[in-house]
Amino acid sequence: MDYDEVLERFEPVLGLEVHVELSTATKMFCGCANSFGAPPNTHVCPTCLGLPGSLPVLNRAAVESAMRIGLALNCSIAPWCRFSRKNYFYPDMPKNFQISQYDEPIALHGSWAVPLADGSTFTVGIERAHMEEDTGKSLHVGGGTGRIHGANYSLLDYNRAGVPLIEIVTTPIVGAGARAPELARAYVTGLRDLLRALGVSDVRMDQGSLRCDANVSLMPRGSSTFGTRTETKNVNSLRSVERAVRYEMSRQAAVLASGGDVVQETRHFDEATDTTSPGRRKETSEDYRYFPEPDLVPIAPSEEWVARLRATLPELPGQRRARVQAEWGLSDLELRDLVNAGALDLIAATVEVGAPAEQARSWWVSYLSQQANSRDVELAELPITPHQVARVIALVGAGELTNTLARQVVDGILAGEGEPDEIVAARHLAVVSDDAELAAAVEQALAAQPDVAEKIRGGKVAAVGAIVGAVMRATGGQADAHRVRELVLARCTP
Amino acid sequence: MPTISRDEVAHLARLARLAVTDEELDLFAGQLEVILTSVARVGEVAAADIPPTSHAVGLTDVFRADVPRPGLTQQQALLGAYATEGGRFRVPRILDEA
Amino acid sequence: MSELTRLSAADLAGRIHAREVTSVQVTQACLDRIAAVDPAVRAFVHLDAQAALAVAAQVDDKLRRGDPPASPLAGVPVALKDVFTTLDMPTTCGSRTLRGWRPPYDATVTRRLRDAGVVIVGKTNMDEFAMGSSTENSAYGPTHNPWDLDRVPGGSGGGSAAAVAAFEVPLAVGTDTGGSIRQPSAMTGTVGVKPTYGGVSRYGLVAFSSSLDQGGPVARTVLDAALLHEVIGGYDALDSTSIDAPVPPVVHAARAGATADLAGLRVGVVREFRGDGYQPGVLRAFDVAVSRLSELGAQVVEVSCPSFDYALPAYYLIAPSECSSNLARFDGMRYGLRLGDDGTRSAEEVMSLTREAGFGPEVKRRIMLGTYALSAGYYDAYYGQAQKVRTLIIRDFAAAFERVDVLVSPTTPTTAFALGERVDDPLAMYLSDLCTIPADLAGNAALSVPAGLSDEDGLPVGLQVMAPAMADDRAYRVAAAYEVARDAADGGPLTHRVPGIEVVGEALC
Ligand SMILES: [Mg+2]
Ligand SMILES: [Zn+2]
Repeated sequence: MDYDEVLERFEPVLGLEVHVELSTATKMFCGCANSFGAPPNTHVCPTCLGLPGSLPVLNRAAVESAMRIGLALNCSIAPWCRFSRKNYFYPDMPKNFQISQYDEPIALHGSWAVPLADGSTFTVGIERAHMEEDTGKSLHVGGGTGRIHGANYSLLDYNRAGVPLIEIVTTPIVGAGARAPELARAYVTGLRDLLRALGVSDVRMDQGSLRCDANVSLMPRGSSTFGTRTETKNVNSLRSVERAVRYEMSRQAAVLASGGDVVQETRHFDEATDTTSPGRRKETSEDYRYFPEPDLVPIAPSEEWVARLRATLPELPGQRRARVQAEWGLSDLELRDLVNAGALDLIAATVEVGAPAEQARSWWVSYLSQQANSRDVELAELPITPHQVARVIALVGAGELTNTLARQVVDGILAGEGEPDEIVAARHLAVVSDDAELAAAVEQALAAQPDVAEKIRGGKVAAVGAIVGAVMRATGGQADAHRVRELVLARCTP
Repeated sequence: MPTISRDEVAHLARLARLAVTDEELDLFAGQLEVILTSVARVGEVAAADIPPTSHAVGLTDVFRADVPRPGLTQQQALLGAYATEGGRFRVPRILDEA
Repeated sequence: MSELTRLSAADLAGRIHAREVTSVQVTQACLDRIAAVDPAVRAFVHLDAQAALAVAAQVDDKLRRGDPPASPLAGVPVALKDVFTTLDMPTTCGSRTLRGWRPPYDATVTRRLRDAGVVIVGKTNMDEFAMGSSTENSAYGPTHNPWDLDRVPGGSGGGSAAAVAAFEVPLAVGTDTGGSIRQPSAMTGTVGVKPTYGGVSRYGLVAFSSSLDQGGPVARTVLDAALLHEVIGGYDALDSTSIDAPVPPVVHAARAGATADLAGLRVGVVREFRGDGYQPGVLRAFDVAVSRLSELGAQVVEVSCPSFDYALPAYYLIAPSECSSNLARFDGMRYGLRLGDDGTRSAEEVMSLTREAGFGPEVKRRIMLGTYALSAGYYDAYYGQAQKVRTLIIRDFAAAFERVDVLVSPTTPTTAFALGERVDDPLAMYLSDLCTIPADLAGNAALSVPAGLSDEDGLPVGLQVMAPAMADDRAYRVAAAYEVARDAADGGPLTHRVPGIEVVGEALC
């Protein structure tokens, strides 16, 4: 069935569950460092290893991050909430239960206007944002593929066990129609930007610090009863979010159209084929035997605490867009282009740290966009920060770099050579305004182009540019062009 | 009154990861039924207006500062392990349950 | 038996600190006594004589140098229930699944004992994971009651209570979830205290039922219990349920109580804790104890706590539910026993085989009971309802403590029963915790102090004194005053009437 036909017959209903790893210094319930990529089992202690006798103590910073995320998504913060134990056996979970929030989440009943590519927004309900702990990581050995199926044995590293997670769950999203896959992607993209603006997470999908499960069901047009849903896991990039939703819509439509029933199940997204496949079906229904975690006490955020956290919320991406559009006098179309290029927030952030808006815009939409394109990454994924761009702009403004040199500095940043000033020093990129050095270069250029020199002497000042250009080339762009011009004129006029 | 069948005991044992024997199924079915019948008396105090108590002490908001504390070395962490490989715990193959 | 082993911890500490005797001598006397009688009592599952003597020698060295003692108990030997983690000794919880497990960390209680210069001589036997009332559920074999070796010492902390009653050590640490300190103390004629929940850190106490478990002292005198209470008690940032307040002044209360009467004290006798199922000799001993309290000047009234009748069933839902979750970690993946890993079986199969073989029948029974009680369809009727009972019990206590300062009852309905008598009858076994459970569910302080012997069998009876949360000192004051009056009436301390122990058999370690 083609996509148009799917939409003619069915209305998709989405539910998105996003797990965010917080970038706190320590884990949720113990003082182990929360860091990615350390040697296995080196950031562990009795608590996150679930050793007999160990106990959890809640990280205040994690709770505050959870509340700030909830507030940014317009949720209410529960005046009283608890943790529960979710009981099931799995070797990557040291206690064979996960400390999570069940029926008493810290943030609930929010809503959020998801920015779409055309500049419009789609409001999604946020059912809840709750706190929980991450599991360890397993490595499957043997069986050829390194996949869990057919492995001979598994190896476990618990460095990630106990890392604080926030699970953000939407209410069922109805009404997106054909744009459901796009909306799913826009939701995750927007959430990523929002979490980054809050400074609560690294939001690296490639490293698993932002993970998305997509629930999809179809409702026949004209019906108001939700269909059976599937939950697709392992959706680990923005692109995959969109593809997984689209694939599930088409697959379920085909099943329904042929008179079949969609099976409620967990499915896995395969990045290589852009398809989903069923996970192992459970022979017993899930029974997590939730009960209140007796080793932790309830959390009862006071109104003052919530107000204090609300006051720490930075300008969020949506608010920033509205403000920037007004301040810069952008048309809707210009704004949309900047948003689509993923440049708006970066420009705004660059302006925020002192760069003139015009230059900030120019850097991000031209040179840096080209670099992102040629590397096939999103603009935001370039390894350069608004701070660094602003510094480069400041160096140009101060006459310490030419535009050519500035691009070399940016290349250096992208190559991981360090901060702008370090690169200027290391690559010897400072503008040359030493007269003796420049005078020699001017002398050479005039000698190489005697006809041009003659013209200048004859009063054709416009010809100076050719000599300046030659000097700039000869000095690798490092010469102070303004000074070169003065020297040429001084040399050629009586 | 609760009655508990062998099948139910088998289900509970599976949930609890206990490879119980046939004899145990019979033994536990009988004993669990006796115990459950006795403890079911808690139902007699049923009242919607009684809040449940999960913690006897009325503490709230107990937190830890987000400051790292030294944990265990890899060697200490793996000390009690049945098998290890490359600094990791080695366990039998995991069936996909996710 | 060396005279030293018969002295109280307070006396021993006094003599060690005055350098009349060395900690090494005291420790050696305990080790000798253990060597002599533990083959019959079987209280210890692990001993480390060399380490104990080394710690004792350090204490002696410091005292010789003129350093002040690290604590009022520095140099005094103590036994630790094998449910607290110890860096230098295994921690097995009476379970096969943890045979030989060496924790990479010390429990807070362990650390506090070490910091106080207390000499930890060994780890004591217990019902597997503290589940039981007779210490017969230990994978390492039962402990025997020093008063009658054919009887149980109570449980789960039978090892700690028996070690103290048999003069193997002057002090021990136990844990109380449904009565596991007080019930064995009653059955062995020792003093056992369950502090207010949150009063002693649970960090490093291998959990049975997290919302109930509480460590506490076992001793032969009320003052000794108080001295140990102050060493192990107090706020611990590693336990979220730890109370951030000073330890109630229990040592002061014990000393003051021993020199004063109880004039003005209001004592409530719990009406619900007598009648059918109570051994007549226990009730007679209890009534004598209550009349002693009156003679001391206390006003005694009867108080009804109707919901206490539901405490036992509520407990046998809450504790198994929490244990089914707490014990899930014993799956053979990271530590402890692993069975059936033949390279073909899955992790799930290996976990199931390991847990099946690693746990004894009572632990499996409770895990399944708890699994059932927490299941989706049953949660409200069982776990949820049990938690409501908990609320009612807290309310009953609150109402009672409006009228009286402390509540008293027999600690146990019967004296120590015969080994093997109740192992196949879980309900009969559970009944021995009938009187101790309410204080666990409510989290308040309670202790058991010996109240003479039951006239029909000559076995010890316990007087339970219950006080409000954080009023632990009140229970100590009452117990200390009573102890003086009792000894005056009886012509000497009860524990000194423990019969000679005829040694046959082998020690557990
Ligand atoms: Mg979750
Ligand atoms: Zn840790």
